[in-house]
Amino acid sequence: MNKKQKKVFLRIVAAILCLIVIQFIPMYNGYVEFILYMIPYFLVGYDILLKAIKGIKNKQVFDENFLMAVATVGAICLGDYKEGVAVMLFYQIGELFQSYAVGKSRKNISDLMDIRPDYANVEKEGGQLEQVDPDEVEIGSIIVVQPGEKVPIDGVVVSGSTTLNTSALTGESVPRNATVGDEVISGCINENGLIRLKTTKEFGESTVSKILELVENASSRKSKSENFISKFARIYTPVVCYSALALAVLPPLVRMLFMGLSPEWGDWILRALTFLVISCPCALVISIPLSFFAGIGGASNAGVLVKGSNYLETLSQVKYIVFDKTGTMTQGVFEVKEIVLDKDTQIDKEQLLDYAALAESYSSHPISKSLQKAYGKKIEQGRVSDVKEISGHGVSAVVDGRNVLAGNEKLMQQQQISYMQPDEVGTIVHVAIDGNYIGYIVIADLLKATSKDAVKALKKVGMKKIVMLTGDSKKVADKVATELGIADVYSELLPGDKVTKVEELLAQKSEKDKLAFVGDGINDAPVLSRADVGIAMGALGADAAIEAADIVLMDDDPLKIAKAIKISKKCIRIVYENIYFAIGVKVICLFLGALGIANMWAAIFADVGVMVIAVLNAIRALSVRKL
Amino acid sequence: MKKTYKIEVDCANCANKMEEAAKATTGVKDATVNFMTLKMIVEFEEGADAKAVMQEVLKNCKKVEDDCEIFL
Repeated sequence: MNKKQKKVFLRIVAAILCLIVIQFIPMYNGYVEFILYMIPYFLVGYDILLKAIKGIKNKQVFDENFLMAVATVGAICLGDYKEGVAVMLFYQIGELFQSYAVGKSRKNISDLMDIRPDYANVEKEGGQLEQVDPDEVEIGSIIVVQPGEKVPIDGVVVSGSTTLNTSALTGESVPRNATVGDEVISGCINENGLIRLKTTKEFGESTVSKILELVENASSRKSKSENFISKFARIYTPVVCYSALALAVLPPLVRMLFMGLSPEWGDWILRALTFLVISCPCALVISIPLSFFAGIGGASNAGVLVKGSNYLETLSQVKYIVFDKTGTMTQGVFEVKEIVLDKDTQIDKEQLLDYAALAESYSSHPISKSLQKAYGKKIEQGRVSDVKEISGHGVSAVVDGRNVLAGNEKLMQQQQISYMQPDEVGTIVHVAIDGNYIGYIVIADLLKATSKDAVKALKKVGMKKIVMLTGDSKKVADKVATELGIADVYSELLPGDKVTKVEELLAQKSEKDKLAFVGDGINDAPVLSRADVGIAMGALGADAAIEAADIVLMDDDPLKIAKAIKISKKCIRIVYENIYFAIGVKVICLFLGALGIANMWAAIFADVGVMVIAVLNAIRALSVRKL
Repeated sequence: MKKTYKIEVDCANCANKMEEAAKATTGVKDATVNFMTLKMIVEFEEGADAKAVMQEVLKNCKKVEDDCEIFL
């Protein structure tokens, strides 16, 4: 409890003690009773009364303070001292609880995301270490990370080797090895060895800062339910207040003028005051954002970054899921399996690989990386010129003065070069030099270990349609799809075709069902933004993915997709539980209050009790481990 | 131009009211109050003087919720 909360707590305790004492004092005189009850009343409620007066001055009449002031003063005027004091007392208890619970969950969530490094050890000339604020470290500085410390800034290892624990970022404690030359991202914990890093980014641009910023700002993007609640609260309170006024005035007048009965003003005013106590929308206004906040916090702890409450809400309605194959379901690590030469060619296998690797050397596509890996030697960029990427087809380049074409069969067709039909399943890179076909390279990609289970899990969480899109050949795509158990596959798509396909699917589905696209964030940014929810895989270090996607899975595990959906569903279920529960109880109490069945005590429950229950329920969204 | 300010406010409804008040201030294009992280993100109109505008925002917020604070 902070200072403010402690003060309120002491006032509450003092007021309760006062009330207990008062019960033992024999009452002979109404005035004495009144004065005695005023002691706990002002003790616990003076600030509310002051705020109410200030509110009226500032023309902000319908706030909770005003409602509570009117309700309690009204009750006291009617002689219900005990009720008046109790309403004020419970209102304060409720407020205190709320402020405590919110503060606590704020702290819980920031603890979960406790990846902010406090310092960096900068190596000075002569090898001395100096602890500085990570913000002050310049790019290219040498920093030392000792065992047990967090990596403060992204960098490259210059000496030493160690195992890094990425669990704070990914939610999984799979250790990563890092040695000289490896890139290391901030937020990981150094487990055993001492490493020296050369920083490649400023702290503000480092992974850890980006993630923190993203999570902290996530709850600022409000969901539809949140907007609904703030609108509801704006209308609800005045409506209840005017109904209360009507309830206090109309029935007695009708009784008096038309029915010839006694007006019973006191009874009806008391019913109206009950209305006022129920009218506070706190339970809703606090519990809905709290649920989202807790849900987002819990998700980020599990390695799923959600960029906004609105995306969490949309994710829970996803029924159509569209995958990219490469990097999402497969490892995206390609390896050259085989090189096949055309029978008429003079060139040998090694030379073919040479040409292909050099021609593709400017591309960041996984295929070109695997070619370079198989090539094994350092690429002499001087040998390559006039590189043209033909999107979805391949590349053309001049290597050692010869025109090299490397790409899929579409490229060969486009250039009107006859090519061999390969028997092998995999990605095929056909190569032609100076317009003559010389052969092809077979590159294959492996499925991720959890891909199969991921598809099963998605079916289990109620996906209506699971679709796989790929730029890869039909043969490879069909094989992967059968292995995974996906029925809908569209292959040989250009990046633009993927957008068109997603748009087709968007048009097919009903408005209520949402579509999610899952990609690795590399060259599928347009599709990620076109889908209702864009999910990027394996964002460790990939800035593009963090920028383009709405939801980022911190590790490469496709199982996390189903987990993210489960988290969102749980969170939204809690949100709706709270909405229905709070509005439901309030409406029932209002109704019973109007009939005179529910008294002030029921009203207190409808206000404070509901709020406490709703807040406790909201906090449940935080626990996502077992989903 | 967007700026983020730390705020202090006790109840969620008051935070909503602050958001309304900030939005209605001249020179403010859009404003979001995040009660959970106690932050106010203000997007200013083109050419508005952020400091002067924030003084007004604070004044308007104080009007709707006396007990709030914006750390400028």
